[in-house]
This record gives sequence, structure tokens and C-alpha cells, in this order.
Amino acid sequence: MVNKMMKTICLYFEIHQPIHLKRYRFFDIGTDHYYYDDYENERVINELFEKSYKPALQTMLDMIEENGKAFKVAFSISGVSLELIEQYAPEMLELLGRLAATGCVEFLAEPYSHGLSSLAGPENFVAETKRQAKKIKQLFGQSPKVFRNSSLIYDDEIGAIVADMGFKGVMVEGAKHILGWKSPHYIYSCAQDSRLSLILRDYKLSDDIGLRFNDASWSEYPLMADKWLSWVAALPEGENVVGIMMELAALGYYQPLGSHILDFLRALPMLAKDMGIQFATPSEVLAKNKPVSPLEVTYPVSWNDEERDTSSLLGNGMQREAFNKLYDENIVGRILACRDRRIQQDWDRLQATDNFRFMTTKNNGMGNNRGIYDNEYDAFTNYMNILGDFLKRVKDMFPDTVENDELNSLYTQIANMGEELNIKDNEISRLRARLKKLGSPEEEAPKEEEPAKKAEPKPKAKPAAKKPEVKKPEVKKAPAKSQRKTAEEKVKAEPKKVPAKKAEPKAKPAPKKAPAKKK
Amino acid sequence: MFGWEFPPKIYGGLAVASYGITKGLSLQGDVETTFCMPKPTGQEEKFLKIINMSQVPVVWRDVWYDYIKDRFVGHTAEDYYRFRDHLYADFNYLQGLDDMGCIGFAGGYPGNLHEEINNFSIIAGVLARSEQFDLIHAHDWLTYPAGVHAKMVSGKPLCIHVHATDFDRSRGKVNPTVYSIEKNGMDHADCIMCVSELTRQTVIHQYHQDPRKCVAMHNAVYPLDEEIRNIVPNKKKGEKVVTYLGRITMQKGPEYFLEAAKRVLERSRNIRFCFAGSGDMMNAMIELAASYGIADRCHFPGFQRGKQVYECYKNSDVFVMPSVSEPFGIAPLEAMQCGCPSIISKQSGCGEILRNVIKVDYWDIDAMADAIYSICQYDALHDYLAEEGMKEVDQITWEKVGLRIRECYNQLTSRGWFDNGDYLNAVKNI
Repeated sequence: MVNKMMKTICLYFEIHQPIHLKRYRFFDIGTDHYYYDDYENERVINELFEKSYKPALQTMLDMIEENGKAFKVAFSISGVSLELIEQYAPEMLELLGRLAATGCVEFLAEPYSHGLSSLAGPENFVAETKRQAKKIKQLFGQSPKVFRNSSLIYDDEIGAIVADMGFKGVMVEGAKHILGWKSPHYIYSCAQDSRLSLILRDYKLSDDIGLRFNDASWSEYPLMADKWLSWVAALPEGENVVGIMMELAALGYYQPLGSHILDFLRALPMLAKDMGIQFATPSEVLAKNKPVSPLEVTYPVSWNDEERDTSSLLGNGMQREAFNKLYDENIVGRILACRDRRIQQDWDRLQATDNFRFMTTKNNGMGNNRGIYDNEYDAFTNYMNILGDFLKRVKDMFPDTVENDELNSLYTQIANMGEELNIKDNEISRLRARLKKLGSPEEEAPKEEEPAKKAEPKPKAKPAAKKPEVKKPEVKKAPAKSQRKTAEEKVKAEPKKVPAKKAEPKAKPAPKKAPAKKK
Repeated sequence: MFGWEFPPKIYGGLAVASYGITKGLSLQGDVETTFCMPKPTGQEEKFLKIINMSQVPVVWRDVWYDYIKDRFVGHTAEDYYRFRDHLYADFNYLQGLDDMGCIGFAGGYPGNLHEEINNFSIIAGVLARSEQFDLIHAHDWLTYPAGVHAKMVSGKPLCIHVHATDFDRSRGKVNPTVYSIEKNGMDHADCIMCVSELTRQTVIHQYHQDPRKCVAMHNAVYPLDEEIRNIVPNKKKGEKVVTYLGRITMQKGPEYFLEAAKRVLERSRNIRFCFAGSGDMMNAMIELAASYGIADRCHFPGFQRGKQVYECYKNSDVFVMPSVSEPFGIAPLEAMQCGCPSIISKQSGCGEILRNVIKVDYWDIDAMADAIYSICQYDALHDYLAEEGMKEVDQITWEKVGLRIRECYNQLTSRGWFDNGDYLNAVKNI
């Protein structure tokens, strides 16, 4: 369907709303572990849903029906906003589900938290992105093939990590300073890993809709669909891919519904058809277009502000301080290692880029939306107070002396033990079934089975039973044998982990069982 | 120009502002300022002419040149004789006339302040008749009657400078005598310069003045001397100092600072709170601190003068000005010059021109405590505010204020009536 020679609009919308933090004074540190402003969250998401998301998604659904699937669109939804939507606007999931079912919609992967993890190191970044992809698969039945980072932050190193995760493409801001004389209307490849293709955002054409549509002082106001499409059609031959990316909230919220922005959108596919312009999802674009050359991006670009770099997120000392505290190597390791749901959820929510954006001191000429905060200092103070409490909780989980490696090895040990247990359990039930078949003629068997049965309802007894055997796989991952003793002691301190010592005394019945069943 | 204070004798912010304004004007070269004040010390800088009001005659005395020539502080014996030629009424009934026929002033703010203000105005009548000038500029309510008198006599335009109103000083419970003096001065003024938009609104709404003749004329600071810049802070490691500097009086809100201190100290004991200054609420504050059990962390070093003030800023990690109502408040600017981050109340006029400070409502002690704690706790915030604050405050100079005042003067002298519309356009570009 997608014609290679035709001009192709790759339309993509970001759906993201941060989870707003509440006013948190320093005297709350250590006493209050709930950081969110529920009222504000509910209000914002409901307002957005009513004013923007619902009408916009409904319009797109209609457009797909009307145009016989000629209209294609892509979304990326951050994990934290999905949580918000699930909680406050579940209707929206249904709408998105219906869109997904049309087959004209592609969902992209992005870091779960919509945070800056890509700049901090691969560990957390990869984990987050996988979590996000999993959630999308769960909700919409699609495994994302294309990646987009929070605020379209991208550089070569991020590209390499993304390629390693197996993504085919990534969305990148078509910033002048990375492109130079090149055109954003081609597909490029990542300079460090040619497996990854880059789809560039045409910021001029995107901002015409997302930023200037309702601006009466703009020379092109009012913008009509045919005028806008004529700009696309007028692009030089060969420049075939036009990446149009914006926040979904631009439709109906930033550009109010009264500006007829949805009518503008609705008119696009039909007019486009007449002008020989088609729509395509990012995956389709990548399937049809091969990269023309590698594109080198040494310093991170983003779609923020005129500078299109990370200065509005990490431009001043306060933002960098918050960033360094949040992504302290020690902390990240601990959070990734822990299995505490609340810690992980708070971690997701605290990472959102918006928390950093509130602290910017840049004057971008458009005024800054700072959420509940009066100014950048207020935002910093509040965030740091919350972060202080959060980091304290993380540190309190494990004693300071435990190294992250050690923790990791402990956890892999536990995980391995769990796996072994499953195998053994299966083995036991298989053998028992066989024993029943074989044992019915014999009369001795049932007697010996009894102790085994008793043991069964106590699954905890078994892990220990197999402990001696478990040791082999452990050794592979645990850095040193000598650690194990301390490791076991520490495991005791953890409430949720398998109690290692309890298990030991019960280790004896196991060897009895095994020979019994082999008969 | 009529003023009450002038450096080096400093009672409060008025002296500093008077100095800045006159200095800023003098740099333009073609503005000749005569500054009339009650009791100069003789050590004032010489860029302007000073008239010593306690040596201006109001009654005729036959004195020999040789007898008086060495007695003058400020103006000269020749000036004296010129003034004596312009006596306009018989003031022999006045108390406290000296052998030269002058009325003495105690200087500062004595108990018989109203009498002194009246005397000041009487003398202004003599000056207005004997001096040549284009414009009268009166600083603060003490000199308004003098300004009005001079205007009545000479017919020259009067510009009054509102450094504070009684609404600021009394938290709304105004002294009717003071109010009437202020109101009278404003009614007669051709131009009212207010030190902030906040004060301007007070003047418009509480004194019912025509908004067109009210202008916000923000104060500024002078670059620090070499000597002050070279002060080496004497900070103890691991301990933070939070400073309040100003009169300890109702207007400045010291009790809110103390409440915030109490909250901060509940969490962290390595912070000291310094109440630099004296005032009517000082004893009450000491008692309150003791009753909260934080007296060991609160220090009351008393009134600071000259270099001590800057030492105080340099040794502080945070400066707090929790004023309930502050017409301008020059202290945070000085603190920022010394690289000390400031927290000011939203009710302070200087907040209108400062960006790199933390602003809280004076009554919001939780927010104040939070701000104090975070500056002490997070070095990134401290460093950012210190650095950016210093850069910002370096841009706020008396030269610029002088140009804006000059623009006002030009309007006043050329038209005799102040037209705010043109003025606003003109100052926008400065």
C-alpha cells in the first residue's frame, strides 16, 4: 500500500501527563511517604481527556473508518500516564483499544517513567523501556518496534543502546544543528549502530499545527488543511518522509477545540489523497525507506525550546544536582534490585522529565508552566524534599555496607533457587503420577508417599531441600563464594525473601523422599 | 533637596537611598544638588552642596564675620549672610534659638520630632527665598512640610520621594498626625516617586493620589568597596548561619523568622539563627526564643553598623527578610552583593525587581522554614542563588535610577506638570 515514491506523512502523537507532586515540606521527610497531589492529577487528566484526548481520538477513529484505512497514526504513551489513565480515565483505554484494533495505529516504546534515564546509564533505561513495551503489549496487543525517548532526547550512545534492545527505528528531533545542510525528510541511520534507523521530526511543519495553529498574529493564520498539505507537496523530489510529531494535548488543549483544529485534521487524509500524499506508521516508513546515510549526534538533542537540547531539563546547577541525586549509581542499583512495588512506583513517578522542567531558569519567551510551583526555587525545594525522603527509604531497605553487586548476586541466587524449585516441583509431580500408575499393584508405595504429601503443602520447606544442588548455578553468577555466608545473613534481614536458615533443618527429609520415589 | 539623613551618619535605609540618588544624579554632570539636612557631621562626601539647617538663621542677629566664620559645618559664612537677608517673619518666640539666630536640631529621631519637623519647615521658607533652584525634591514624610513650604514660596515644582508610608510602619494602624503630614505633602506634590510598585499602590489607594503623578522608582545599590570585598568569611564547617538584619520591630516581622527557625531546628540542629539589629521587640524575641527552647541557637548581636553589616552578610549562608510590609528593603540587595542567598517576603518592594531570590508570604512560616532548610541543605541551590544573585544585583545601579529620576525632572521643569504617559515611554528605554 505504501508507495515508496509518494510523499509520506508519518504522524505521531505523544500522550504524557506527569503525576503531579504535592506540596511537601522538609518536616514531612521521614514521616510522610505519599508524594502525590491526587486532586490535581484527577483534575488535569479529566480536563485533558474531556477537552483533548477524547475528541481527538474519536476523530482519528472516524477518520480511519471514513478513509478506508488510508489514515495512519502512531502514539507513544508513557507508563506513568497509563497509570493515571487507568485510574482516572479508563474510558480512554477503550478508545485506544479500538484504535489499535483498526490496524492503522502503531504504538511506540519509550521509557516507562518518561524520564531522563537514557542520559544516566543503560541499566535502568533498558529495564524501563522493556517494562513500557510489556505494558503496551498487555493493553493493546502490540509489541513496539520503534522507540521514542522522553522529549525526543537522542544522541549516538542512546541510539546504540536502543539498537541493542532490538528496536528498528527511533524518533529524533530534526534539529538544524545536527542536520546541518541535510534534509530532515530522509531516513538516516544511527552513527554507532547501522541497524537503527532515525525518523526525523520536521519541527517547522509540526509546530505549524502544534504551536501556531491558533496564533492570530502568525502570518499564515488561519491555517487550512490544503495550505499545509501544499507545503508538504512542495518539498523537493526525493524528500519523501515528513515526520510530524507533537503532543496529543496540542489537539484541543493547547490549540482549543474552538480553533477547529480537529476539522483541520479530519480534512487531511482526503485532500492528501488528491495531492498524492500518503500516511504511514513509523514501521511502514522504515520498511519502505532505507537510510540514506548515518547521522552523527554527539550531544543530546531534544524537542524542547529553540535550542533543541537538554538545557531546559539539565541547564542549571539545581537541575543537575537533582539529576545526580536521582540517578546516583548506588541508588539505581538498589532500586533495580529491590522488589518493593511502592519504591518502584515512586521511582517511576519521580523520574518524569516534567519535574526537571519545572526547575528551569531559562526564559524561553513563552512563559513556563510550573505546575503547582511559584518559581524554579520552589520547584527545586519541593522536589528535593520528596527526593530526600525517597532516597532515605531506599537506603533504609538495605544496610549501607552491602555493595550493589552483592545485592544483585543475592537476588539472582534467590531467583535461581525459585527456578530450581519449579523444576523440582514439576519433577515431583511427574514422578508421583508415575508412581501412582506403577504403585497401584504394589502395597508398599502408598506408605512412603505419605511423608512426601505432608511436605507438599509447605512449599517453603522444599527450596531448602534442594539447596545443596542449587549451589552449582549460583557459583556462576555470584562473584565470590566467600560472599555467600554474609549473603545468607543479610537475606535473613529481608522480610520478603526466602528464609535461608529456616530451610536448612528441613533439608534432611528430602534425600529420603528422592530415593523413595525412584522405586 | 530636603533630606533627614545622609551618610556617614546612618540611622536606617533612608541615608543610603539619599546618598544613592544624589550620587546617581551627580554623575550626570549637569545636575547641581543642594542637600538640606538637619545636622550634618561635616564628613559627608563633597560631590554635592550641603546646607546645615541648624545653622540657617530664622531671626536677625548682628554677628561679626570673624566671630562665626569657623563655626560652620556644611555651608559657609557667606551663605549665612545671604540667608539672613531673606528672613520673612519674626520667629523670636521660638525656643532654643542660639546666638546666630538659628534653631538647633538634635539630629536623628528625637522625642520632639514633630517640633523639629515644624522648625525644619520654617527654615525651608528662608532657603526658598534666598536660593536659586528649578525643582524641590523632598525625602520621606519628615521633610514634606518643608517641601510644601518651599513650593508655596517659590512656585517651583515639588517632587516627593516616598521611602515608606505610615501604613508600612504601623501594619495599618496609622498615626493620624503622621498621616495628615504625608497626605498634605502628597496633595501638594507634582510628582510622587515611590520606591516600589507596592508603595505606589498604597499611595494611590490609601492616600487617594492621582495614579498619573505616582511613579515607581526602585532603589539600587552601590558596588562594594575593595575593603568590603576583601572581607574573608569566617565560617565554621558543618554549621550554617541564617541571618535576619534590620530593626527588630513589628514592621519587619521578626516573630515569623523565629517561628520558622523553630521549625527548622526541630529537624536540624546545626543551623544558627542570627537576629542582627535592635528594636522595640528585641526583648520579646529573646523571651520567645527561650520559651521555645532554641535560645542556644538564636543569637542577638545587636545593632550592626558600617563594615559589621557586611561581615554579617559574608558570614551568613542565608539572609531572611520576613517584612510584613516593606516599601523597598535594600538589605537583600546588599546580602546578594556579598554572595548570600536571600529569602524575602512577597510583601517587600524589592521583590519587584529581583528574580534570583526566594519569595514567600511573610505569614507562611512553613514555606519560609522550607526555603531556609533547602538552602542550607542543598548546596546546588545555595550556589546557584549566590552566583546568579550577585550577577543580577550588579545590574541594579544608582546610575540607572539617577537617569530615571532625571527624566522625571525634565518633565517637571519643562511643563510644570507631570505627564506620566510620556514619562513611561521615555524610561522604558533606560
